[in-house]
Amino acid sequence: MHVTLSHFLVVAAILFALGIYTVTTRRNAVGVLMGVELVLNAANLNFVAFERFVVGGVTGHVFALFVIVLAAAEAAVGLAIVLAIFQTFRSIDVPSADAMRE
Amino acid sequence: MPARPPNVFRRILGAALVAAFLAFIAAHVLLPADEATTNPQWSVQLSDLLFYVFAAMTIGGAGTVAFSHNIIHTALGLLGALLGVGCLYVFLSADFVAITQLLVYIGGVLVLILFAVMLTSKIGDVNVSNASIGRYGGFGLLTAIVPVLVFVAVRGPWAEKTPGPLAPTTALIGNEFLTKWLLPFELASLVLLATLVGAVVMARREIKAD
Repeated sequence: MHVTLSHFLVVAAILFALGIYTVTTRRNAVGVLMGVELVLNAANLNFVAFERFVVGGVTGHVFALFVIVLAAAEAAVGLAIVLAIFQTFRSIDVPSADAMRE
Repeated sequence: MPARPPNVFRRILGAALVAAFLAFIAAHVLLPADEATTNPQWSVQLSDLLFYVFAAMTIGGAGTVAFSHNIIHTALGLLGALLGVGCLYVFLSADFVAITQLLVYIGGVLVLILFAVMLTSKIGDVNVSNASIGRYGGFGLLTAIVPVLVFVAVRGPWAEKTPGPLAPTTALIGNEFLTKWLLPFELASLVLLATLVGAVVMARREIKAD
């Protein structure tokens, strides 16, 4: 069977669902961030697949690159916050971070 | 659910490779070559089989991220998922995005995540993740999301057209960035600068707290 648009969309859909599952079931903050990365990758795969099979051009690639840049920024800030939370609460479980300041 | 064995991802990858190899052999050796060319509906190409291998790698890695109890295995599963998505970009003629995925995600984000894992958990107990809304709620969510999205992906009336041959995209992307998307491009650099400053501020506060 030839690979078509639907194949890529199905892969992205499964990736998205597993990312949502990770975000909702993890208590570990780093695990939640990994789930967010999966969701962003699924969206990127859809951008590039639609670009190739429907639109034609590079606009989808440009959007995917913006998403990658912002995901890197989000990961840097998120992991710095995780380190600060660990320093304060000695734990990175999301429910245990229950105060804005000490 | 018991903890997964450590080499489950390798097993998934190995099984996918074996299946792809067997299908390739079955298609090209057992089937007569002229029949495969006269009936293009059933001719299996190497690129299609490779697509299935990389899709299995992506979904296997994502499944490890979602279901593994061990945070280190989760990070390695994320490596497999990101690598698989990067390989799928190559199939979509997105060479620049694929290389960026490799450099930024695997070289940057994944290393950051591994650092965070090692800085925030003791080496003795790597088993630091447990369910928040529970596995049953999560599986309910999965069964709610996956069939709907797969149905839309397969049955949707996409205005699909035959894609052209694979071509380099770097020059086109550079032109787009510096003409049509110039303002968002510059704003992205501002965001990155603010991110760097913010991360440094938080890291300094962490050192002062000691």
